[in-house]
Amino acid sequence: MSVLEIKDLHVSVETDQGTKQILRGVDLTINEGEIHAIMGPNGSGKSTLAYTIAGHPKYHVESGSILLDGAEVLKMTVDARARAGLFLAMQYPVEIPGVTVTNFLRTAKTAIEGEAPPIRTWIKDVRQAMTDLRMDKAFAERNVNEGFSGGEKKRNEILQLELLKPKFAVLDETDSGLDVDALKIVSEGVNRAKANTGLGLLLITHYTRILRYIHPDFVHVFVNGRIAEQGGPELADRLEDEGYDRFLVPSNVG
Amino acid sequence: MSAASALSKSASKTVPAPSKPAADSSTLPPGQHGIKEHSDGRFGYVPVQTRSDRFKSVNVADFEAVTGREAVWKHSPVAKFTDLTAGDLDGSRYPVESTPSADISVEWVPRTDARIGTAGLPEERAAASAWSVFDDALAITVSGEEAKEIVVTRSGLGNNARGAHTIIEAKPFSQATVILENTGDARLTENLEIILGESANLTVVSLQEWDDSAVHLANHFASVGRDARLKHVVVSLGGSIVRVNPSVRLAGTGSDTLLLGLYFADAGQHLEQQVYVFHDAPKSRSRVNYKGALQGQDARTVWIGDVLIGNRAAGTDSYEQNRNLVLTEGTRADSIPNLEIETGDIVGAGHASATGRFDDEQLFYLQARGITEEEARRLVVRGFLTEVVQQIGSPELEARLQLAIEAELIGTDDK
Repeated sequence: MSVLEIKDLHVSVETDQGTKQILRGVDLTINEGEIHAIMGPNGSGKSTLAYTIAGHPKYHVESGSILLDGAEVLKMTVDARARAGLFLAMQYPVEIPGVTVTNFLRTAKTAIEGEAPPIRTWIKDVRQAMTDLRMDKAFAERNVNEGFSGGEKKRNEILQLELLKPKFAVLDETDSGLDVDALKIVSEGVNRAKANTGLGLLLITHYTRILRYIHPDFVHVFVNGRIAEQGGPELADRLEDEGYDRFLVPSNVG
Repeated sequence: MSAASALSKSASKTVPAPSKPAADSSTLPPGQHGIKEHSDGRFGYVPVQTRSDRFKSVNVADFEAVTGREAVWKHSPVAKFTDLTAGDLDGSRYPVESTPSADISVEWVPRTDARIGTAGLPEERAAASAWSVFDDALAITVSGEEAKEIVVTRSGLGNNARGAHTIIEAKPFSQATVILENTGDARLTENLEIILGESANLTVVSLQEWDDSAVHLANHFASVGRDARLKHVVVSLGGSIVRVNPSVRLAGTGSDTLLLGLYFADAGQHLEQQVYVFHDAPKSRSRVNYKGALQGQDARTVWIGDVLIGNRAAGTDSYEQNRNLVLTEGTRADSIPNLEIETGDIVGAGHASATGRFDDEQLFYLQARGITEEEARRLVVRGFLTEVVQQIGSPELEARLQLAIEAELIGTDDK
């Protein structure tokens, strides 16, 4: 069984005001088949954690490690991490001019598998996944994310999740900007991917509403670059009622 | 940048000081809707002529010395080819190879050939220099209604400054693809006349795969007869400075042209194309689609697209577009579409221009899906340029161009 371990992770970024510490010692272990929700207020470092796992060059790891089945992820290039089985569904997927969804998916699948997928089953898989996500056929011939609405971009991320079959996926605020119908469709896709491949999920969200459709095994509250509290699904319910106030600047209370 | 946004932005920057605003507006020609100066540093100068009224002459002495400030030269590094605009040119014959093809003749003809000057005349000094000097013209004459292809190769032009003249004539109802291949070194200014008879169907591909040192200035003049169809393709990959300017006059009712361009500028390369379509007959149709990629320090491209819909050209349909893909820092792509309409009775007329970057976020996105950096670049460039390649209509050439584009990508990685 695969396991993703994050150990005492410290991460900074360069800003105009100098180096800024964002993650201040994150410890987290995710086993295959588990769903972990990371919740926290804006600016707490949730997305930094997501991008650091994926290897975005903007984030500098000061110390700590990320191990995938014992192998040091931090030493891998961005593409090697994906090939090792990590996936990041981005909050703001970028447009890729000149590359159709079809071409992109096939190239990515080939890169990850190390060989081109058998054409007949592949086309069938792509069609099925698109139908499941209520994506129009015409999507396949459009350039990746070019002119897509917010909801279409998120569906396209989950389409990739379903087809690329990673061991672990980080979903960075996949619920943001989705109306309730789109949220249900996207959540169904995530649940389907989990049912099919048994992947581990790290669900990053500000709100609890996606947790109505994707049920976490563990909930971690992220404040000021580290995990402030963790528990089971009941913790999400408590956050729904109370918000993040009790984690923020306790000196202000009273 | 679209022409419209250029116009609107220009107003505050380039209109002269308020002390004499009246003088400026009074110099505008009447009758052209929305005309005002561009933001391109010409400081309020507005050309008063329509595109078809530009001065033309076959005599080099009729043109002033090139300064680089002229509208047709201001984007070009004119100091690097003074031999072609001001020097003595070699106008002699040069080695040509061509694949055998029934119903297509390739021969040298004298300056007195009746076809010379029928498709167009020089509008600038380099073109007039070439016209003044050539001894014989290379004539490619197409007849026969069956589809056929010919490849005409020039590879031994050498590095002395040359002027040349070529004619491609497609007889009425004839059909062919003519591929002009340019390799090796060259310092060449030339004119190419393309003459399509009634209902002819001709594809002309001008392929520039010169050595890194080559300088090539070309003007193509095409005249398209009644119900004839010209597909014209400019592919510029190799050479130091390559400037291919196609002008097409849709001269016959129902004439049709598709102008395609594909260019890939590496570090230090200057690739330019000034495209001009003149709708001079009713029910004529034109499509222009030029796409270019830029990669490396001082990679430079220029695209100017002029479309003139003349007052005789009722019921025409035209659209032109240019797209550039910038792959690295340090490049510059100019893209300037111009549209002039002299009749209100048209089916359609439009233009578009966009220059986009392939940036680090796009690279990250593709890499995050397991795709290597090299493959990511290749994917994007291939995807971008394939649209043009696929429209050429010659499978062999299309396959070869795909490989040439890949080689461009790899070649620059090594630098």
